[in-house]
Amino acid sequence: MTSPIVLLGLVGVLYTTGVYLILERSLTRVLLGVLVLGNATNVLVVVAGGRAGEAPLVGRAPESAMSDALVQALVLTAIVITLGVTSFLLALIHRTWTLEREDDLTEDVEDRSLRRRLASGEQEDEEELDTTGCENVADTDPEDDDERSTEAAPDPAGHGHRAPAASTTGAGEDTR
Amino acid sequence: MNPGSSLLATVIPLPVLLPLLGAGLTLVLARRPTLQRAVSVTVLSAVVVIAALLLVAAVQSGPIVITVGSWPVPLGITLVVDPLSALMLLTSMSVTLAVLVYAIGQGVYDRDETTPITIFHPTYLVLAAGVANAFLSGDLFNLYVGFEVLLMASYVLLTLGGSRSRVRAGVTYVVVNVVSSLIFLVGIALTYAAVGTLNLAQISVRMADVSPGTALTIHLVLLTAFGIKAAVFPLSAWLPDSYPTAAAPVTAVFAGLLTKVGVYSIIRMETLVFPDSDVTRTILLVAAGLTMLVGALGAIAQADIKRVLSFTLVSHIGYMIFGIALATPMGVAGAVFYVVHHITVQATLFCVVGLIEGVGGSTSVTRLGGLARASPLLAILWFVPAINLGGIPPLSGFVGKLGLLQAGVADGSTLAWVLVVVAVLTSLLTLYAVTKVWVLAFWRPADQIPVAEADAPEESEDPDEELPGEQDTSHPEDAGDSRTGLPGAPTPRSGVLTRVRPGTARTLADREANTGAEVDWPVARLAPGESAPVLTGRFLGVAGDRVSRSLPRVMAGATAALVTLGLAITVFAGPLYAIADQAADDLVARTPYVQAVFAQTVDDRVAR
Repeated sequence: MTSPIVLLGLVGVLYTTGVYLILERSLTRVLLGVLVLGNATNVLVVVAGGRAGEAPLVGRAPESAMSDALVQALVLTAIVITLGVTSFLLALIHRTWTLEREDDLTEDVEDRSLRRRLASGEQEDEEELDTTGCENVADTDPEDDDERSTEAAPDPAGHGHRAPAASTTGAGEDTR
Repeated sequence: MNPGSSLLATVIPLPVLLPLLGAGLTLVLARRPTLQRAVSVTVLSAVVVIAALLLVAAVQSGPIVITVGSWPVPLGITLVVDPLSALMLLTSMSVTLAVLVYAIGQGVYDRDETTPITIFHPTYLVLAAGVANAFLSGDLFNLYVGFEVLLMASYVLLTLGGSRSRVRAGVTYVVVNVVSSLIFLVGIALTYAAVGTLNLAQISVRMADVSPGTALTIHLVLLTAFGIKAAVFPLSAWLPDSYPTAAAPVTAVFAGLLTKVGVYSIIRMETLVFPDSDVTRTILLVAAGLTMLVGALGAIAQADIKRVLSFTLVSHIGYMIFGIALATPMGVAGAVFYVVHHITVQATLFCVVGLIEGVGGSTSVTRLGGLARASPLLAILWFVPAINLGGIPPLSGFVGKLGLLQAGVADGSTLAWVLVVVAVLTSLLTLYAVTKVWVLAFWRPADQIPVAEADAPEESEDPDEELPGEQDTSHPEDAGDSRTGLPGAPTPRSGVLTRVRPGTARTLADREANTGAEVDWPVARLAPGESAPVLTGRFLGVAGDRVSRSLPRVMAGATAALVTLGLAITVFAGPLYAIADQAADDLVARTPYVQAVFAQTVDDRVAR
């Protein structure tokens, strides 16, 4: 089997691009990364089928001259699967957009609260104690849909109160 | 292979076909919920019966093979039932059925306003079909397709309802799994380039001729892919982040099945395709030890019961990997038995957590208490599988761990001994984690729940919980934990002395105060968009009602059935272990599997 160096090079470039994109914070770029990685893998599967030959149709060419039809069937399946996953990811991104009005992958609430806890002193937390309670009461109103995004900010701050006492729990959350 | 099994061979595709057809049917019956439920229960029951038949046949007469469409072996797709896959199929499908009944009892899918009623049942059946396909596949690419089918279904199930926390968890889950699938596909491409076939039996024969370096590369690529799916330690970080957000029955079935399909694939790879690879054995042993320890330590640090269980899930994957890595018949038998035990126990525990959430309104041990008095039945339902997970002697967890430890000792290498010690330690740590939950949530009287929020009014407790759109487990993250600190320990913070106030959590003592009015559906329906009705505290009844002590019958029944299944594994541990032994012998010997597949070969010219 000869190695089609151009295709392998293309696979390498695509993988590089894909890994770069998938490590981005923006979900749209992550999606693009998934697509690029998927295509890189598909090309790799085609390369795995050996050298290119005649179209694998019975009667058109001698069997030995045909290219491998199996890999093409595999790639077709893989493309269909990638299509399904892509559409689902698009739906998720759209959902994130409607919920958060941002494209970035939101941080874990506990991660965020941990950082806030480290950044702000104890005293500051103390003042926000009542705010937390009020925000939550306000949240019972089923119509204040948008309140929730603003409410998310003080809430983790309330978390900070337990920082010294809950050191074990905090450490556990930290590792995640 | 044997003439008597030719009839049985024809039913092999049914565990895949029936759920898929059922999925179509339930989709058509979208407007008839009762019929929909009947169809899915019937389909899964039929699959359980078929799986039992297949297990009996496979144990008695060796592997049964069918080539779909009667294409000769290397061309067509082969489905293989050997004792291992039949055992996996039977266990997983029984658990799937029980969890389905549980889900019907909970009614997640049709109470949830933002979730289309049509979605749950078809998706669930597709998941079952994917799992069955993965277990039965005798072909690497078909295994990939099985994985993709079950993953697609799991994406949908995980994000059911589309609340913010679930979408967030869903994005992580989907991206991680897509990447692992791509790695798997790379492995498939490399395998095909190296040996020119994707039939597992054929690969196993031809892989012997491949140069060791190439074989190792392929092996490691495939192992990485399956390692992500099975949540083996360095690749397990996605699991505790994503599983706890899903609905209780979804988490239960995920915990029971999805990682085990990965473990199953690792067993197949290690025994059939790459039987003697010292490098990967060492890697797997180290990974197994780390998985056990890190998982168990993570479980201890958590306050939310769902997260505790997610970490024990990761931790106990380590036991199975340990058995597989030993690569002796004893080790593999221990791993196989442990998979069966763990599927059941872990699914049961997640089902119980769903019940706890219903009774207590929370899954965080910092907010629960007095559950044993509130619902003794619930306490029993938790206690039995919990100590089973910890490995208390008469139960199946002990049998599985003992088998693995014996295998480790028999192996005798230094690393194996280290692993034995780690396994015992992990068992103790697991026991500590589940007993902590027991002591805090069940045993502790409700009036001893520490109240950190001294000046928070009682009312704020409920709204906090009923944040529309923040379903189920989201509140332990953003609110639950913020109320109280370290579980059990009264948390004096910032100079404010903690005082204990009776009835903080929604236990029996406090039920009149928590009427559950906020949970009521009409209220939630007012909220547009993502504000799905919150499911917590559902059993507390509607406003003004006195709370009944009884658990919802169907859910409790399904959970009790799972607990009984777990106990049955204990009672019939002898015969079951014999099956596991036979499966392991077959696996390590490799010949039964390979011969059974090649016996189907019509065209010898293409076979070799």
